[in-house]
Amino acid sequence: MFRQLRTAIRTGIVTEPAPQGGEIERIGERLASEIARLFGRSLAIRQVDAGSCNGCELEIAGLTAPHYDLERFGVHFVASPRHADCLLVTGPVTRNMAEALRRTWQATPDPKFVIAVGDCGRDGGIFRGSYAVVGGVSDVVPVDAVIPGCPPSPATLLAGILEAIGRPR
Amino acid sequence: MIADIGVAVGQVLVVGMGAPLLVGVLRTLKARLVGRRGPSPWQPYADLRKLLGKEVVVSTTTSWVFRATPYVLVATTLVTALIVPVSSARPPLAFAGNIILLVYLFMLGTFFLALAGLDAGSAFGGMGSSRGVAVAALAEPTIIVAVFALALRADTIDLGLVVERFGQEPWLAANPAHLLAFAAFFIVMLAETGRLPVDNPATHLELTMIHEAMVLEYSGRYLALVEWAGAMKLFLFMSLLANLFVPWGLTGPAGPGAVLLGLLALAAKLAVLTGAVAVLETTVAKLRLFRVPELLAGSFALAFLSLMAVILFR
Amino acid sequence: MDRLAYGLAALIGIAATAFGSYGMRGDVGTLRVAWLVPLGGLELTLDPLGGFFLALIGFAAVPASIYAMGSSPGERRDRFAYLVFVLSMCLVPLAANTMTFAITWELMSLASYFLVLHDRESKPSIYAGWVYAVMTHAGLACLLAGMLLLGAWTGSPRFEDWRAAAPALSGTARNAVFVLLGLGFAGKAGVIPLHVWLPLAHPAAPSHVSALMSGVMIKLGVYGLLRVSLDWLGAGPAWWGVAILVAGAASSLIGVLYALVDHDLKRLLAFHSIENIGIILLGVGSAVLYHGAGLPAAALLGLAAALYHTVNHAAFKALLFLGAGAVVHATGTRNMEELGGLIKRMPWTAACFLVGSAAIAALPPLNGFVSEWLTFVALFQNTHLAAVGLNIVFILGIASLALTGGLAMACFVKAFGITFLALPRSDAAARANEAPVPMRLAMLTLAASCVALGLGPTLVIPVLGAVAASVLGQAPPATVGDWLTLRVSGGYASLSTLAIAIALGAALLVPFAALPLVRAARRTRAYETWGCGRIIQTSRMEYTATAFANPFKRVFDFFYRPTKHLDIEFHPESRFFVERIEYENPARSIFHDWLYRPALDLLRVGARAAGALQSGSANLYLAYILAALLLMLVLA
Repeated sequence: MFRQLRTAIRTGIVTEPAPQGGEIERIGERLASEIARLFGRSLAIRQVDAGSCNGCELEIAGLTAPHYDLERFGVHFVASPRHADCLLVTGPVTRNMAEALRRTWQATPDPKFVIAVGDCGRDGGIFRGSYAVVGGVSDVVPVDAVIPGCPPSPATLLAGILEAIGRPR
Repeated sequence: MIADIGVAVGQVLVVGMGAPLLVGVLRTLKARLVGRRGPSPWQPYADLRKLLGKEVVVSTTTSWVFRATPYVLVATTLVTALIVPVSSARPPLAFAGNIILLVYLFMLGTFFLALAGLDAGSAFGGMGSSRGVAVAALAEPTIIVAVFALALRADTIDLGLVVERFGQEPWLAANPAHLLAFAAFFIVMLAETGRLPVDNPATHLELTMIHEAMVLEYSGRYLALVEWAGAMKLFLFMSLLANLFVPWGLTGPAGPGAVLLGLLALAAKLAVLTGAVAVLETTVAKLRLFRVPELLAGSFALAFLSLMAVILFR
Repeated sequence: MDRLAYGLAALIGIAATAFGSYGMRGDVGTLRVAWLVPLGGLELTLDPLGGFFLALIGFAAVPASIYAMGSSPGERRDRFAYLVFVLSMCLVPLAANTMTFAITWELMSLASYFLVLHDRESKPSIYAGWVYAVMTHAGLACLLAGMLLLGAWTGSPRFEDWRAAAPALSGTARNAVFVLLGLGFAGKAGVIPLHVWLPLAHPAAPSHVSALMSGVMIKLGVYGLLRVSLDWLGAGPAWWGVAILVAGAASSLIGVLYALVDHDLKRLLAFHSIENIGIILLGVGSAVLYHGAGLPAAALLGLAAALYHTVNHAAFKALLFLGAGAVVHATGTRNMEELGGLIKRMPWTAACFLVGSAAIAALPPLNGFVSEWLTFVALFQNTHLAAVGLNIVFILGIASLALTGGLAMACFVKAFGITFLALPRSDAAARANEAPVPMRLAMLTLAASCVALGLGPTLVIPVLGAVAASVLGQAPPATVGDWLTLRVSGGYASLSTLAIAIALGAALLVPFAALPLVRAARRTRAYETWGCGRIIQTSRMEYTATAFANPFKRVFDFFYRPTKHLDIEFHPESRFFVERIEYENPARSIFHDWLYRPALDLLRVGARAAGALQSGSANLYLAYILAALLLMLVLA
């Protein structure tokens, strides 16, 4: 226990400064300012894996690590969509996950928004046109923003999420 | 009369408004200890504010018990806030209750929360309820026996009087019975408020949840009420721990100066306790569910030893 | 017309309550009819303790009878037995000599035996009736032995004379009588390990009878124990109090542990009766010990706590049994694993059952909390006792009471949650209808009384204190606080459930007022339960009662020693496909395995050996008679 504490104190805080200038594609009609007003200080994200290869998940997992530290912006991940404001959907939506994704979206209370992650989330990516895939996330639930990349790095993801909620300004 | 009502309202405000700050400070400390910058200590206020603006999604399998539970939780913690000596040794409802009432008021909240967990008809909720009441039931003998040890020395079970009488005892901190009871009570606090090593409040894996699993179905203002009640419960348990075992700053003569001194003393004691809990949560792993009864049995043994020490050295 | 019997029983109940209240106030009286009964005549005396139990019986009999009017009338035999049951129970606390007591006690047992056996065809009912009959008559044998011995040694069969003469008897004589009478009364009360008949008999009887059996009949065992340890024999050695205390602690823990793993609604309630008798005995034991050690205030507190819990238990246990009966009436099953979702179909029953569950779980501000609080405070007074050994016994009692309280709460979360909440687990539960009006009326009355007993301890305690004082031979206690607050032993503790209730009510309204102030959103939307996106939700996905009790079964497995039966039926074509799985994880009763089965085996061996005496030859029997005659002539 003390060894752990010693290491912690010696290492100090390793969080890197927030990335500037996030590039996201807005496809929803929702005003950026409205989302920023509601969730600028506190956002709960429920990540949904709609048939992804898990490459995006690995990058998303880096967001809670000390270097990127999503929590300092008031953003945190939650387990239940009832607690969530934002659905972070990865993967091309496979046919098996389409209904589940729809139900997750229905289970999330309003006001909510959806961010599709990666090229797969945008339009199916490299799996586009496959017999097992419905298409991008926007073919199943209304999407407000897309963070392209295959996979997008944690810095890109962080910048994109912050851009979506209007931070840092 | 007016002064009494003022004091009561003031104490409720301190507990109600201060509880989210306590949780926020705990989260920030935990983050700093693992090398992250972490959220701001004021983050829980923003979270509650945001939750109040969301709609509530209620499951069709639930009944009025589900909808009533957040209000019951808030009600029991607010009433408890009036019984616990927070910033003075004369809490407003001191005549109405004592330590035993406190324990059972918290059980009232747990009872309804467990029912709400079962009400949704999902396996997660049922699991959370089952484990939650098991932990609560097994923690109870420890609390009562530790409380009895305190009551024996102070010859009363009224919380305010216990604080007053301990305040007059000079070498309290060096008394081994006192330290043993403190250790037992500390472990019980961790169990009852759902902190590590009993329950991880930040977990996302439903199979590892105890308290979180019971609130999976809550959203919007209901979730805000439940979270607020949980924060207040942590605040009250820590205040109880702090003021019963380290009653400095509470036993001065009455007056506005005394209230300020009491609040400052409370803040200092809570800061120390929060630091201790943060360090513990960062360095200790969560126990397997069926190791938790062993931990609670160990805390019971500590409480029993404390009581024996008091009785044998009367 | 056939409900007349129940109406009559209700009237008897009202009369009993009235008479009992007179008795509690100290208006004593005696009725003597010398020729009615042999060996002493019929003698009935009303004194405060007897009056208390009489009022208790009436208090429980009225709602039970009203309830019975709402259920199916049953056969004439059952109605007659019910009437005799209520009447004989009313006479037991009034009995003032051995023969009267024995007759009324036996009438009560026989009447309840016939009521337990009301479903004459089913094997479990027959078994339950048989075990009940054996245990109650074994108890009666002990009682008769004790009473006749005491009568022989003091020279009179009247209780009045025992009070005067018993303190002069030798220590061994009094101990022997205490053991015999204690065993008999403990068996009736359902104290561990003499409890085996309770979980069999109470579920088998119809619900209004179970309510009376659990609510008042077993309390007559407590009545007997109070008479034996505090009244007839005078002050006794410390081990009497310790025995009662330890029996109480064991009963409370073991009762609730068995209740946790039981999924038959009524058997669960029967085990909880054992638990609550344990709690009452904790109060009685502490009163006996304090009385013997010369601590009058503490003894008064202990006895008042025990009496309060007796009343409270009658109230909420009767309520719970009537509620369970309403559920069985509506769905036809007692098995919790087949129920669920009843809160939507039977809202009144559910609300009453919730009040009963909260009361038995000792949640403030209801009555169960008040009496458990009083019991705790009474047990805490043990610091005034000098012997460290006694202190340790009390501490173990305190720890067991605390654990019992927590486990009882857990058990009733299970009982209420699985039975009434979420989705129905069977068609019967899905089609249940609300109980008829008389049943609802009875349940509402009892629920209201639970609330009243919880909010008004300042009105009840003075009455109970006077009764307790008369038993202990003290002056009635001085004021115990004011109308709002209960104060105990000068600053040691104070409680005001009324203030707490008002505070809770006000605090419940705080969110209602505060939420609009912070401009909280008010939209509500109904949707399915979150199930990780699964397509359907059925009752198979809910938590079951077995699963709910699983953590407890694992934590206490040294006590339950559960066995596992797993039966898997594979598809005839391939072992990769499973057709049916049957899983059972029953707990084994250590009392059956280690106490009753060896005792019964021993009895059988002994009986077989004694059977050698019955050779069948008439000459040998004549020789026996001659030998017995000669022996008696020599001894006389």
